[in-house]
Amino acid sequence: MRSTPSSADLNEQRTAAPKLFAPPRGAGPQGLGGYMSELLLSIQDLHVAFRMGKVNGVAQRAEAVGRGADGVSFDIPENCTLALVGESGSGKSVTAMSIVNLLPDNAERAGHILYRGQDLLQVDPARMRSLRGREIACVFQDPMSSLNPVLPIGRQLCEPLRTHLNMNPREALERAEALLAEVGMPEPKRRMDAYPHELSGGQQQRVMIAMALACEPKLLIADEPTTALDVTIQRQILELLATLKARHRMSLLFISHDLGVVGEIADQVVVMRQGRVREQGPVAQIFAAPRDAYTRALLACRPALTGPPPARLMVIDEHIAAQGSPAAAERTAKDADAPVILEVHALAKSFWLRQGLFGKREFKAVQGVSFRLRRGHTLGVVGESGSGKTTMGLTLLRLHEPTHGEVLLDGRNLTSLGAHERQTMRRRIQIVFQNPYASLNPRFTIGQTLVEPMAIHGIGADLAEREQRARELLRKVGLEPGAFARYPHEFSGGQRQRVAIARCLTLQPEVLVLDEAVSALDVSVQAQVLNLLRDLQDELGLAYVFISHDLGVVRFISDEVLVMKDGRVVEQASAEQILAAPTQDYTRKLLAAVPRGWQASVTS
Amino acid sequence: MSAVLAEAPAWAPVSEGVWRAAWRRLRGDRVGMVCLAVVAAFFAMILLSALGALASGWQREVGVPNAPPTFVGPRAAEATGAIDSPKGPNADLSDVDPLAPRYKEWDERAAQFRTVEFAKLQTLPLGADRLGRDVLAKAIKGTEISVFVGVMAALVATLIGTLFGAFAGFFGGRAGDLLEWLYNVFTSIPGILLIFAFAAVFGRGIGTVVLILGFTGWTGIYRLVRAEFMKHAVRDYVRAAQAIGASAASRMFRHILPNVSHVLLVQLSILTVGFIKAEVILSYLGLGVPVDQMSWGTMLAEAQSELLLGHWWQLAAATLFMASFVTAFSLLTDALRDALDPKLRGLE
Repeated sequence: MRSTPSSADLNEQRTAAPKLFAPPRGAGPQGLGGYMSELLLSIQDLHVAFRMGKVNGVAQRAEAVGRGADGVSFDIPENCTLALVGESGSGKSVTAMSIVNLLPDNAERAGHILYRGQDLLQVDPARMRSLRGREIACVFQDPMSSLNPVLPIGRQLCEPLRTHLNMNPREALERAEALLAEVGMPEPKRRMDAYPHELSGGQQQRVMIAMALACEPKLLIADEPTTALDVTIQRQILELLATLKARHRMSLLFISHDLGVVGEIADQVVVMRQGRVREQGPVAQIFAAPRDAYTRALLACRPALTGPPPARLMVIDEHIAAQGSPAAAERTAKDADAPVILEVHALAKSFWLRQGLFGKREFKAVQGVSFRLRRGHTLGVVGESGSGKTTMGLTLLRLHEPTHGEVLLDGRNLTSLGAHERQTMRRRIQIVFQNPYASLNPRFTIGQTLVEPMAIHGIGADLAEREQRARELLRKVGLEPGAFARYPHEFSGGQRQRVAIARCLTLQPEVLVLDEAVSALDVSVQAQVLNLLRDLQDELGLAYVFISHDLGVVRFISDEVLVMKDGRVVEQASAEQILAAPTQDYTRKLLAAVPRGWQASVTS
Repeated sequence: MSAVLAEAPAWAPVSEGVWRAAWRRLRGDRVGMVCLAVVAAFFAMILLSALGALASGWQREVGVPNAPPTFVGPRAAEATGAIDSPKGPNADLSDVDPLAPRYKEWDERAAQFRTVEFAKLQTLPLGADRLGRDVLAKAIKGTEISVFVGVMAALVATLIGTLFGAFAGFFGGRAGDLLEWLYNVFTSIPGILLIFAFAAVFGRGIGTVVLILGFTGWTGIYRLVRAEFMKHAVRDYVRAAQAIGASAASRMFRHILPNVSHVLLVQLSILTVGFIKAEVILSYLGLGVPVDQMSWGTMLAEAQSELLLGHWWQLAAATLFMASFVTAFSLLTDALRDALDPKLRGLE
């Protein structure tokens, strides 16, 4: 990475532009690459704030986009993909939604959004409605909640055609079918009568895209369109979007938190943080020579699939502080002969689904999973959604009762223990869940959350001693002791996940099941929590079962990897081996689908 | 990490809990605070009345029968002596009256006692009933009984509904099916019929009214609590509690219950209002509180016959007390719901 000259960054050049009723800058953005075509949309000095009610008679406002005098400005040329990248809370979605005014009622917008010379902040609601869907269309993150569950998709597709293009019902049906075929839906004619729940997540997103394309918009806003999807499906959707964009000569505003995805699809990139634009430029420049420290940090703190695995991940703050190279601690070699702590034989879990009046059908969520886990080692479990990896994790703790198989913890079979012994064994195997917002009881203070497990298991002589231990654990997971008396809602996602880890540690477990423990966190926070997990493993000799869909993360933390598909283990090998030389087609497919950023799209 | 934490504001030793935050939001609600004051005044009155400091003599006949309210003024004196008294000399009945020899003896004995003729008041603040009892005192006493019945019955119904709902929602399966059948049986019988049936079995009395209303009114809250428990039982924080070894009872009542308590509180106040009205109807129909006690319902029942004679004040007093209490209580409930669930108002 090149060092940055301390010249004013692009953002400052933007905000220096004339502010009051500036005419649209007809010439494209100078110096932003070779896209000199006509400007489609120009956002100039945008501010968005939310009214938050009154406290003591003073109206409260929260700035979502723009801070102080500093607004957000960028241009979208015609036939160009512009990616808006940032972590949660960076204001990227609010920026995009303020273009079509799909913000909550308490939002206040200021600045200019010029669409072909017309300021969208000034137009009347009727004009705005006719623009939405007709000229500017949106695709959202969660296709399941964006589609109406009680209408067949054909009817939903016809709606924009009939309102915006005044087609008659027969024309609309024909066009809808053609659209479904265009977005790659198999058997479009039959799918017209399907309800959303009958389609897979990827197919639902295809329907959403077809709907957005219905009126051939000039600008498609895609708000994290692939975040809820598996990597393989994500790849298909990205390819579809790229093809459609080229075919219809439209512009794409692509919002994502994932620089890897952005690098593959975008022409221009705008990096946002805390309501401000940190850096913008052509994709090649952002990836090859990022000028802003934050962009560089974002690129660095994501665990990579190639190169030697680092001992620790870079953390954004360290990076911005620019203390030179990452902590160069050597990755300590693991003791290959450590005692086996957890051994699983032919574990299976079935659910019974009702069928008809009396019948029931077996659904095998997990079947025949076997592995051995040594003390201080990490077993990564990867697979797409529905592959049974979470069910497997819950079954290990008997949060689901296993149907078959044995779970031997330190040589004792967990599945056949009585109630009392089971309670003592619970101490030794613990779980951290995916969503840190849901896994802490909102009515308990952090202190109560940490003391409860100790009280249940009689750890520590009295309350004072337990509280003392809880405070020590808080320090160990990197939280202030002052957190003890606070409630979970006062913490960020990463901090909550630290509390959840501390809660597990109160019981001094030997095995920790981490069920997508870092998936819901932003990249920078993810790096911090992964570093914490690694430190705790080195210090306490914990064994991890690390369940994740993210191969980069799994590679960073795991010694051995299980690849699961449809409840079965399809491949099992060391982390390096699986990434370097996968033997199964399914594993190869998974690996190929991982977005690798800009380099990959250039080299391939 | 340390840099991230440093950005956080200086932490107070103990932070605001959910209830204190709700109280802060409630204090900002003007209507809610006025209603809270009204309801608090009613409860203070009920407390004084229960302790005997207020309206303890509601059964004394302090006024003339059907004395009008003070602001209406006393009734015009009725014409007396419709029949002319005979003019002739008194007839001497002593020779025909077998009791005549004892009159003197009785007069002497009567002279040993003192009799005081109370001056019956011509008007009372809110008038008097047909026996001359003070309507204001009756209304205060009636408030005590009616509100007591309403609150207690709501507590009984909430307790039953919460227990059943918690078990059905948390365990599901057979236990859930059984409770669902019970629920279906209870809801399939018309409410008033069920109340009559219970009233016929248990007889009259305040305790009976509380039980009747509690036993018939738990169904709505049962469904709500069941749905909440079904939703929360699979949440990660409950799973996490299971993973650390918390028992089923602890998960149900220590973990989930506080998280659904706002539903209970709001339902409790809605039920209270409903049951106060139900008690009034029961007492009006003669199935409510016994005759030696007073409730808004018995006042309304008495008012029915008085109204024919144009004595409207008992009806007005009972209605005024009931309407102001129920309105204040309902609005307070609304304010409470907003304070406990700020997302509903879309402000925070």
